[in-house]
Amino acid sequence: MKPAPFRYADPGTLDEALAVLSGEGEGAKVLAGGQSLLPLLSMRLAAPTTLVDINRLPGLDTVEATGDGVRVGALVRHAFLLHDDAAARVQPLLARATANVAHAAIRNRGTTVGSIAHADPSGEMTAVLAVTDGSVSVATPSGTSDVSWRDLFVGPLETSLHGPAVVTSAFFPAPPSRSGTAFAEVARRKGDYAVCGAAVVVTVDENRRVTAVRAAYLSVGLVPEVHDLTDAVVGKPVDSADWAAAGALARTLVDPDGDLHASADYRRLLVGALTERTLIAAAAEAAGRSL
Amino acid sequence: MTTKLFGEPVRRREDARLIVGQGRYLDDIGSAALAAAFVRSPHAHARIVGIDADAALDVEGLVAIYAYEDLTGPMAEPLPVLIPHPQLTSPRTGYPLANGEVNHVGEAVVMVVATDRYIAEDACDRIVVTYEELPVVVGVDAAREAEAAVHEEIPDNVAAVHHQETGDVEAALAAAPRTLSFTQYIERSGSIPMEGRGVHARWDADDASLRVYSSTQASTSVRAAIAAKLELSVDRVEVIAPDVGGGFGMKIVHPWPEELLVPMAAIALGQEVKWSEDRREHFISSAHERQQRQEITVGYDDDGRITALDVHVWHDNGAYTPYGIIVPIVTATQLIGPYVIPAYRVKVESVYTNTVIVTPYRGAGRPQGCYAMERTLDRIADALGMDRALVRERNLIQPDQFPYDQHLTFQDGRPVIYDSGDYPGLMAKLKALVGWDDAASLRSAAEARGKLLGIGMAMYVEGTGPGPYEGGHVQVLGSGKVLVSTGLTSQGQGHETVFAQIVASELGVPIEDVEVHTGDTRRFGYAVGTFASRAAVMSGNAVALAARGVREKALRIAADVLEADPGDLEIDDGLVQVKGTPGASIPLRTIAVLSNPLRYAFDEAAKQATQFAIPGSDDKPPVAVGDAPGLEHRDYYSPIRSTFASGAHAAVVEIDPATWEIDVVTYAVVHDCGNVVNPMIVEGQVHGGVAQGVGGALYERMAYDADGQLQNASFMDFLMPFASEVPDVVIDHQQTPSPLNPLGIKGAGEAGVIPGTAAIASAIEDATGRRIASMPIAPSQLYDLMRDENAERTMASAARTTGARA
Amino acid sequence: MSVDTERTVVVTVNGVPREATVPVRRLLSDALRHDLGLTGTHVGCEHGVCGACTVLVDGAPVRSCLMLAVQADGHAVTTVEGLARDDGRGGWVLHPVQEAFRECHALQCGFCTPGFLTTIAAGLHARDSSAEITDEEVDELVGGNLCRCTGYANIKKAVKHAAAAMAEDAR
Repeated sequence: MKPAPFRYADPGTLDEALAVLSGEGEGAKVLAGGQSLLPLLSMRLAAPTTLVDINRLPGLDTVEATGDGVRVGALVRHAFLLHDDAAARVQPLLARATANVAHAAIRNRGTTVGSIAHADPSGEMTAVLAVTDGSVSVATPSGTSDVSWRDLFVGPLETSLHGPAVVTSAFFPAPPSRSGTAFAEVARRKGDYAVCGAAVVVTVDENRRVTAVRAAYLSVGLVPEVHDLTDAVVGKPVDSADWAAAGALARTLVDPDGDLHASADYRRLLVGALTERTLIAAAAEAAGRSL
Repeated sequence: MTTKLFGEPVRRREDARLIVGQGRYLDDIGSAALAAAFVRSPHAHARIVGIDADAALDVEGLVAIYAYEDLTGPMAEPLPVLIPHPQLTSPRTGYPLANGEVNHVGEAVVMVVATDRYIAEDACDRIVVTYEELPVVVGVDAAREAEAAVHEEIPDNVAAVHHQETGDVEAALAAAPRTLSFTQYIERSGSIPMEGRGVHARWDADDASLRVYSSTQASTSVRAAIAAKLELSVDRVEVIAPDVGGGFGMKIVHPWPEELLVPMAAIALGQEVKWSEDRREHFISSAHERQQRQEITVGYDDDGRITALDVHVWHDNGAYTPYGIIVPIVTATQLIGPYVIPAYRVKVESVYTNTVIVTPYRGAGRPQGCYAMERTLDRIADALGMDRALVRERNLIQPDQFPYDQHLTFQDGRPVIYDSGDYPGLMAKLKALVGWDDAASLRSAAEARGKLLGIGMAMYVEGTGPGPYEGGHVQVLGSGKVLVSTGLTSQGQGHETVFAQIVASELGVPIEDVEVHTGDTRRFGYAVGTFASRAAVMSGNAVALAARGVREKALRIAADVLEADPGDLEIDDGLVQVKGTPGASIPLRTIAVLSNPLRYAFDEAAKQATQFAIPGSDDKPPVAVGDAPGLEHRDYYSPIRSTFASGAHAAVVEIDPATWEIDVVTYAVVHDCGNVVNPMIVEGQVHGGVAQGVGGALYERMAYDADGQLQNASFMDFLMPFASEVPDVVIDHQQTPSPLNPLGIKGAGEAGVIPGTAAIASAIEDATGRRIASMPIAPSQLYDLMRDENAERTMASAARTTGARA
Repeated sequence: MSVDTERTVVVTVNGVPREATVPVRRLLSDALRHDLGLTGTHVGCEHGVCGACTVLVDGAPVRSCLMLAVQADGHAVTTVEGLARDDGRGGWVLHPVQEAFRECHALQCGFCTPGFLTTIAAGLHARDSSAEITDEEVDELVGGNLCRCTGYANIKKAVKHAAAAMAEDAR
């Protein structure tokens, strides 16, 4: 289990990075935290011709929290984001989800943006990006553009980004006012990829009645899925809404696959259970914020 | 008196180097060695049509490529059947490199040697092996149905039929007031030590000698195998087990193909060669254990007493049988545990499948046997509406029945005669420890929290310390240092500490003066190996006997010097003294010097032993007839039969009915391994065993697909427990010394793992009211069971008002 | 911008600048073990799960099998060999967690031990040592490494033991 040969560059500027990516062609791959990529290299399941290590690029290691949301630079490690209080205040899902990413040593090296660019449907941060209706900022030789999560994820470990491109940041919008969020997952062992996970946002009106329920799931589809569960509880008082009904609705909306660790039906069960569990927590938070 | 060391929690002496990164594990040796890597079969069953290595030849750094055609002499013959048995009628073993056919994914086909492992893997990638795929047999049921054969000439896939019986089972069953029949399954797991296998070989052409390091549990036997296969005289070969990063049974198998091929290449190339197994190789090319299908019929009376037991096991032995039928025999003979079984019949059909070989993994067939017996008792209790503990109590062998002959033949060819024990004592302690009688209130409290709670128990008897023998050598140097060596190897059991405790206690020296060496054929050439919870029993007693020999000689010499009767002497803190006569003493180190009459002196101490320093009799030779120079002794311990340890475990589980996640909230152990040399180490063995037991019950399963591909050959998907998955363990002890050996000890290494699957299955069954007949079980499978209308419900659950309602 | 297949890197390992010329694909774990001869860092899975290879990079635990040696260029790496400190008299003072592992029998075969020691040492230094360590903290500190021998009970015990010793030292 040793990586196949590749070439390596660690450019000092974004322009250099894009130039190297352009010059090296299709076989070049960006290396950030490497916590997903390195195992694939060592198992020789991936064999890029060139690794373009972006760890020396300046200005990408910051978290900017504003009223609109949280922008996370491409070199921000999970561990850093987990402990960023300002980010947690603006978008609580970030810390809540990040705490579930693998184990501490992986979080010390792995990056939030890297795990999004890796496009693993079992990744916590892809689900958070989706449920918050977030986007990534992508630099290419022709300029920088924002790509919505809806357009980013194409399939398992596959994004819509082709050719030389560096994802420089991810933007997680703040939740609506009078809303609450929650995250939960079930993994076979603590720290494993989740068998199923849910990230939810519950929004209420000034009368504390439910106006919107949005849920994203991990390890349920080929790409992160967001489902609108509002219909199950719309208009209901947040304290007494039938969250089990929302869970039941969610079960009808997903179409998971089975694998080694969970049958499709079991995943569907978990979708229901985790939906209910997270909605109860998110509703309590929304209720608290609407006082 | 010297501080009593036997029985004390002496801190481990091996730790000093291991906690600072100064251990020497296999891959730490030979930094300049060439690296070997292997092209392994991607198919579970195929004929090799061709091997094209041309593309690999221009890899810079490539040194050599070997395929079967390059093997000569004994190397071209099949690997040995290590433990032949008359009932192993169709043994099969592979070749060091596949000879025309592969029988499991991972079987070695080509060996590449290169300047480093990266380059060796590059070359492997470029070697094209063409295969013609053959039908694949995966799992005991497929093997049994035999629609395809693993080995063409064995169409029924049956390697062996092992059969034992102790009475007329047919008649006893016919006469039984009640009977029960059922079938259950247990799946594959594996030892999976943190350090995989590895071999380093260095050929010294000037000395015409070979030194091999192997991460093995049996260095003396690896040595013999290498000598035989490479046609070397055994005195030209030394094999050393360095620090070994865990074994758990898997490393008792030998010679692994790599243990022969790496030395072969080292000799051929005249350079050091090393192979360090990577994790994927470990999963697909080492060894697994546990899968069985068990068909059980039991006869019993209205009080729950068993009158007859009939067990038919199909045991998956994988693609080959290098380790014979040890695991089937152990299952067959240890199944009946601490119970009186008036008539017992067991038949184990050991069948081939196109999967990795099955050889002992900690427990070695006992977890399966325990699962069969204990789940049988649970079913009897359920059918009678009786407490599961009570049913067990009614069947236990009583303390006044020892020695108790089960009339079976054990894995060492010797009778299964339990030497000592107190099984009702274990049960009483267990019930108190786990709060067995409080289960109903625990269940209600859990239900109030929305959880389903269940409790289960399991008991076992473990034959430990089988022969044929182990040896020990103890030598006192003129410096006062006491060298101890034994041939068997260590994989973390603390032998350097335990054997030092024994020798220090026997000899009367400070433990700091004692230095222990294990698993090094340069030090001790005769040994069997570390398996079957035998090291403390076998080598412990052997080094004790050797120390006693040294003591006797030391007292004899001292008696001469001190002009005293040897019987009036004692050794304390390294000093031989006349009992009750202060001042009349001589240091042991001085006796060591005097024991070796010298002509030449090279230090002050040695002067005392030179020819003009020792007043001797002109009529006697300096070394008496029958005596030998030096203060040392070699001795062997060879037991008449195994000694039988025992124990009882209980588990309390809580299950979340929303997600069917299973949490072991309490795990209780009562353990009896006779006299204990070091309770700290024994407790550590129990902790580790329990973790593997919990892993085997809830997390670990070798998941082969129908094509024979191991789908979870990584630590990502093979779910060895992290700390978060292992429950806290509460332990109570009982000691019934073994009358069979001088130290009264029984083995402790494997016990912790044995009852885990049985106890946890019982607890889950208790919590859910659904019959658990296949282990391990994951939440996904439990969910399937809970919503299956046809799933069998226990009688106990029907009678209960609380519990599962799914 | 150079695109290389081999690089010379300078890494401060256990306080000492070390230079090595390595193929760019060389894993940090292999470079430490085979290029620098620091074999205390063990390789148990090479896919980042087991944690045996955990070292501290700029003080934080990372899997050395999930980092390329070239990525450590210019950084400080602490391995298990660097946990004990020189006592100034030719000997070594063990780190409290090393002492605790021996005292609590927190290791058997010792293969996973270096990864636990580095991880726990860093974790204990990162916390307020005057506060009594909680079970949750202990679980977090030991939760990311695999051990096949001990069942973790004594490792958890050792963390508490070491934390108590560090609290005593801090007093």
